[in-house]
Amino acid sequence: MAGPVLEMRSIVKTFPGVKALSDVTLTVQQGEVHAICGENGAGKSTLMKVLSGVHPHGSYEGDILFEGETCEFKDIRASEQHGIVIIHQELALVPYLSIAENIFLGNEHATRGFISWTETLRHATELLRRVGLDEHPDTRVADIGVGKQQLVEIAKALSKKVKLLILDEPTAALNDEDSGKLLDLILDLKKQGITSIIISHKLNEIRKVADSVTIIRDGQTIETLDVKSAETTEDRIISGMVGRDLEHRFPERTPHEPEEGAAPALEIRNWTVHHPIDQQRKVVDDVSLQVRRGEIVGIAGLMGAGRTELAMSVFGRTYGRYAGGTVLKDGREIRTKTVPEAVKNGIAYVTEDRKHYGLNLIDTINRNISLSALGKVAKGGVVDEHGERQVAEGFRKSMNIKAPTVFEPVGKLSGGNQQKVVLSKWIFAGPDVLILDEPTRGIDVGAKYEIYTVIDKLAAEGKAVVFISSELPELLGMCDRIYTMAAGRLTGEFPRAEATQESLMRQMTKDKEVSR
Amino acid sequence: MSTEVTAKSPAPAPPGKSGAAAGGGLLQLMLDGMRRNMRQYGMLIALGLIVALFAVWTDGDLLLPRNVSNLVLQNSYILILAIGMMLVIISGHIDLSVGSLTAFIGSIAAVFMVNNDIPWPLAVVLCLAVGAVAGAAQGFFIAYLGIPSFIVTLAGMLVFRGLTEIFLEGQTLGPFPEGLQKVANGFLPEVGPQTNYHNLTLLMGFAVIAFVVIQEFRDRRRQQEFALDVPPMNLFVLKLVAISAALLVVTMLLASYKGAPIVLLILGALVVGFGYVMRNAIIGRHIYAIGGNLPAAKLSGVKDKKVVFLIFLNMGMLAALAGLVFAARFNAASPKAGLNFELEAIAASFIGGASMSGGVGTVLGAIIGGVVLGVLNNGMNLVGIGTDWQQVIKGMVLLAAVGFDVWNKRKGGS
Repeated sequence: MAGPVLEMRSIVKTFPGVKALSDVTLTVQQGEVHAICGENGAGKSTLMKVLSGVHPHGSYEGDILFEGETCEFKDIRASEQHGIVIIHQELALVPYLSIAENIFLGNEHATRGFISWTETLRHATELLRRVGLDEHPDTRVADIGVGKQQLVEIAKALSKKVKLLILDEPTAALNDEDSGKLLDLILDLKKQGITSIIISHKLNEIRKVADSVTIIRDGQTIETLDVKSAETTEDRIISGMVGRDLEHRFPERTPHEPEEGAAPALEIRNWTVHHPIDQQRKVVDDVSLQVRRGEIVGIAGLMGAGRTELAMSVFGRTYGRYAGGTVLKDGREIRTKTVPEAVKNGIAYVTEDRKHYGLNLIDTINRNISLSALGKVAKGGVVDEHGERQVAEGFRKSMNIKAPTVFEPVGKLSGGNQQKVVLSKWIFAGPDVLILDEPTRGIDVGAKYEIYTVIDKLAAEGKAVVFISSELPELLGMCDRIYTMAAGRLTGEFPRAEATQESLMRQMTKDKEVSR
Repeated sequence: MSTEVTAKSPAPAPPGKSGAAAGGGLLQLMLDGMRRNMRQYGMLIALGLIVALFAVWTDGDLLLPRNVSNLVLQNSYILILAIGMMLVIISGHIDLSVGSLTAFIGSIAAVFMVNNDIPWPLAVVLCLAVGAVAGAAQGFFIAYLGIPSFIVTLAGMLVFRGLTEIFLEGQTLGPFPEGLQKVANGFLPEVGPQTNYHNLTLLMGFAVIAFVVIQEFRDRRRQQEFALDVPPMNLFVLKLVAISAALLVVTMLLASYKGAPIVLLILGALVVGFGYVMRNAIIGRHIYAIGGNLPAAKLSGVKDKKVVFLIFLNMGMLAALAGLVFAARFNAASPKAGLNFELEAIAASFIGGASMSGGVGTVLGAIIGGVVLGVLNNGMNLVGIGTDWQQVIKGMVLLAAVGFDVWNKRKGGS
């Protein structure tokens, strides 16, 4: 190894209200494959955005040294000129352009504005051979699978004379075979002298390709380990990812005693869902679970485990293609084919993505709260504005939504207050079962505590709560029982007393081969 | 006459008189209130300025009672279309077919009444039904088959224009029965003793003013009952005075000619009705929610397809009404009727505060936008500006109105 190619020193990055990176140091050696590991929201992606210039110089603190020079990238182009290329999890390809056109998009082989197609084709063919993709460069990107698209992205990176390749969860959307090929390619590129940074949750992948691994937690570098050394076991990495101490505080909960004999409030049996486009892929695979009244049940899983997909497909089939399974409420089978049916049967789903799926940001607090149950404040199809306002005022006080009036547009509120509006909306709908998907994502510690208190109160009122979260401490702090999911399947079920972060993480990182 | 011009710009009453009397605090409050509703007040101020400009330019001809009456009649069909168009645009869609549909309804109205002597009230009902079916057909393709509204209504625009020519065989058909003409061109009947004004119009104007004032007071009292913040009394009174003055001026102008046109009453009923639905009815809320964030609306249990279907059905029915008014006003159904009406209605909506991405806009805004265009048309005709330059100027006004909105939003940082 010829010394470090990249050094990031004491990087601090703050977003309004949230400190995403509080002190991150990363050293990557020339010619190695360096893995970055951490829970969702630990700051991995933010760190890579700082490195690639998505967050420009000046918007963060700290220094970046690449090949010994201090770098101050003002945008992605600047970092690409230095040979740093990032491939995001969501691929940035234009589906209706050909492979060759995509590879050279923004970087065309052209003289005086006119593209030379022979040169483009020749160069594209050469690059495709290097990444081992056996497709004609004129094929439309939309006509090849996700695995091959990933290879096109890498070919695109190679065309930019890449020295440092950053891959953000490259195998999250791939099947086993494609994942294997991709990992082999990364090793192949390493032989050609290209340094890679790979962000991944999958510990077996890291063991296969990486030379060293840096663990990030809560916006801080925890440690960098040498993967090849005998001391670096999966357990070692897991304990680094989860940390030892429970830092957040939770409201006191009296664990729920299951009532003997009573049917569970919600029961899901053999639920299977296919991917909406790639219909061969099972996103949720034969999942069965149950929740009782007054119980908080957690679902733990990493990105791509299928938790949100499970919840949304149960809630009015709003995700994917239904392929089997039944939903029972209080022991009776119910229809949840559409959202109104699910709501009528007393189910509420609080989305993980409140900005896109939860709120009408340009509308006011009161109108957002009443939307899912307008009938409750209306007579004969006409909304009683004053009644509606009273309801909203009630929630503003009880949920402590920080806004001068309920006529404030929701888009102007902070993340924590927006989350309280979404929760209010679904509490107002009066459900028996609440499915909360990452209810504390992207909000500060104080607001988190308030939300935990609300969830606790809902359970105490006899509602059944499903709590989906990537933050293990909060699941351990709040839940009576925790299921783990990986690759669309349930991989474990733990009563609160038996669950630890380590035991959960082991089931969450279980890959298909291991579980077989 | 010119004193009335200043009084006609309602909400932002001239600061010189009342604002100074109440002191800087009130002025500050007014400015704050205006900033919050920049779009609506901005358009009202612009409308006031345009009216003032043309009133001076035409030596007061613009505000002659006869001309005001004319202005209402000339623009009624565009305003009817603009109401429906506003709903379409709020839901995040567009309708390019309304101009052709207007002409098409005119043609079948002529076939019903001129060629086949069907009694006019029955023919009107039939025409509205045909409009509803035409709108529903387009709505079906858009809502349930998921074909973009731009494409469906572009097709509709061609289809209905073609059908118009087929039904009329390329000719102009007329005249329409007298009863229908009276509705489209007529005025409220005269009653009571001889005054210099039209009595019934005056009475109705006063009734409307009284209704607005009482409604505003009741609203304010209820807000106070719920311990909600209300604007201070002096600002509230100022607002009421401004609204009443504006209504009074329009009433007097109409009453000193032949009285209120019947079409104006129909239009008024539509504005109040649709304004109420958009503001207070569940379906109105659902329309805003669909336009504001479709995925969130779906996940909240809004039946988005049904709502979009109904919006287009309604647009078809309003286009039919506009087509009847237009045909009856000119007493003929022509294959070239309704040309560019869809663009005028769309422009009115955007000038009146709609957003390309949906979720924003009010029925009153569409009317304000339509009146701005109408006054521009009428004023420019009076001062003798040719249609060539009229189009250039209207284009610039549309660009400026939306540009101002974009700039204002960016400044607000949202």
